[in-house]
Amino acid sequence: MTRHDTAMSGTAAEAMIVMAEVEKWYGSFQALSGINLSVRRGEKIVLCGPSGSGKSTLIRCINHLEAYQKGEIRVGGTLLGDDGRTIDAVRREVGMVFQHFNLFPHMSVLRNCMLAPMRALGIGRKEAEATARDLLARVKIIEQADKYPAQLSGGQQQRVAIARALCMRPSVMLFDEPTSALDPEMVKEVLDTMVALAEEGMTMICVTHEMGFARQVADRVIFMAEGSIVEEAPPDIFFTQPRHARTRKFLGEILRSH
Amino acid sequence: MNYVLDFTPVIDGLPDLLAGCLGTFLLALGGMLLAIIIGIGGVVLRDSRFPACRWAVKAFVELIRNTPFLVQIFFIYFALPLAGLRLDPTPTAIIALGINGGAYAIEIIRGGVQSISKGQIEAGLALGLHRALVFRLIVLKPALRAVFPSLASQFVMLTLTTSVASAISAYELTSVAQRIESETFRSFEVFGTITLMYLVISWMMMAFFSLISARYFSYPVK
Repeated sequence: MTRHDTAMSGTAAEAMIVMAEVEKWYGSFQALSGINLSVRRGEKIVLCGPSGSGKSTLIRCINHLEAYQKGEIRVGGTLLGDDGRTIDAVRREVGMVFQHFNLFPHMSVLRNCMLAPMRALGIGRKEAEATARDLLARVKIIEQADKYPAQLSGGQQQRVAIARALCMRPSVMLFDEPTSALDPEMVKEVLDTMVALAEEGMTMICVTHEMGFARQVADRVIFMAEGSIVEEAPPDIFFTQPRHARTRKFLGEILRSH
Repeated sequence: MNYVLDFTPVIDGLPDLLAGCLGTFLLALGGMLLAIIIGIGGVVLRDSRFPACRWAVKAFVELIRNTPFLVQIFFIYFALPLAGLRLDPTPTAIIALGINGGAYAIEIIRGGVQSISKGQIEAGLALGLHRALVFRLIVLKPALRAVFPSLASQFVMLTLTTSVASAISAYELTSVAQRIESETFRSFEVFGTITLMYLVISWMMMAFFSLISARYFSYPVK
């Protein structure tokens, strides 16, 4: 099966994430309107769009960092409700990487990675440490395991943040502009880590403006504007034959700047 | 001025004065321990989901910070027994110091908690940790670090405030000094000596806080 075969379908039975008619308001401002999105296991989605278009809000609804007012979201068959139990279940399945890394400054890199497996999953210290070391090695930063976040560069911190999320053994990874806060020379090391993760078959939704990354790994690129999904297509079609004027305008602006 | 200094009463009373210093330390440490518990607990309730908790903490802080400590300690010592709660002077002083210091600690620690970025909390939640665990494991330590100098100076203040407990004859340095002074009338020598003793006690407290800071809050930050 090629990447794009998997992209085109998306039946409910195989869907890892299903968002149906999701609506979200901040007061009278509608942040998301009529969001329908189905993501299959192993699929890689790149979400793009102008700032304020709701792309971060969309992925933050998936692990309920943001509440939504209408519609439903299912993650791995669990219907996300307002009760703590389903939110916990979903958060254990879904890892998230933030724009500003959000490593815990008072813990070593290793402790950052061990905290949630031990405290949220009840895994023992030895096993948590073994997992953490394994994943830190995979993001090629094991030699920094005993350092504190403030002693690392931005790119290193973001790779630790990826490892920390992976330590929970999630089945989906959400990336919220993971390279936007990085100095240009550090973008590549983080993107390389994400590409490697994609190649291992992780289900990923990435909010990013890195169009090279989108071309390389995305099964589908989704363009959002004003809280709605405007257009979605496999990257070769998305970049060469965008259907909507807004998409063309956005691509023109973003590709010119790169 | 023909006042002739005579330190004999101070020298004779030195064992008592040193024991008084210990009493002062006991009151200060007990009061600080209670204050930090009230401070952290108060912050949790102050930002709780339940309006009743938030209002109760607000009212508590207002009441304690806007009334004299001497009145608070008298209230616990003289008024509460009428409601059936009779405590000895030393526990009374520790409780009064803890309550008073706690009210100030709530406001200080709350400032620290508010200085923690929302991203830290979101990272904890996204990792599947509950709100309470996020507070305890992720927020609390950086928050305490952020306000530790203010907290430490508040606690030095609390240490010096122990002298007010002499008003209910709790066992501490000032009450020992008052007894020696009233027996010998050597006011200058006695109060001069304990002034220096309080200075040393304050310095020791500050050294103690520096040690705590170096031990628990020395992780590097940007």
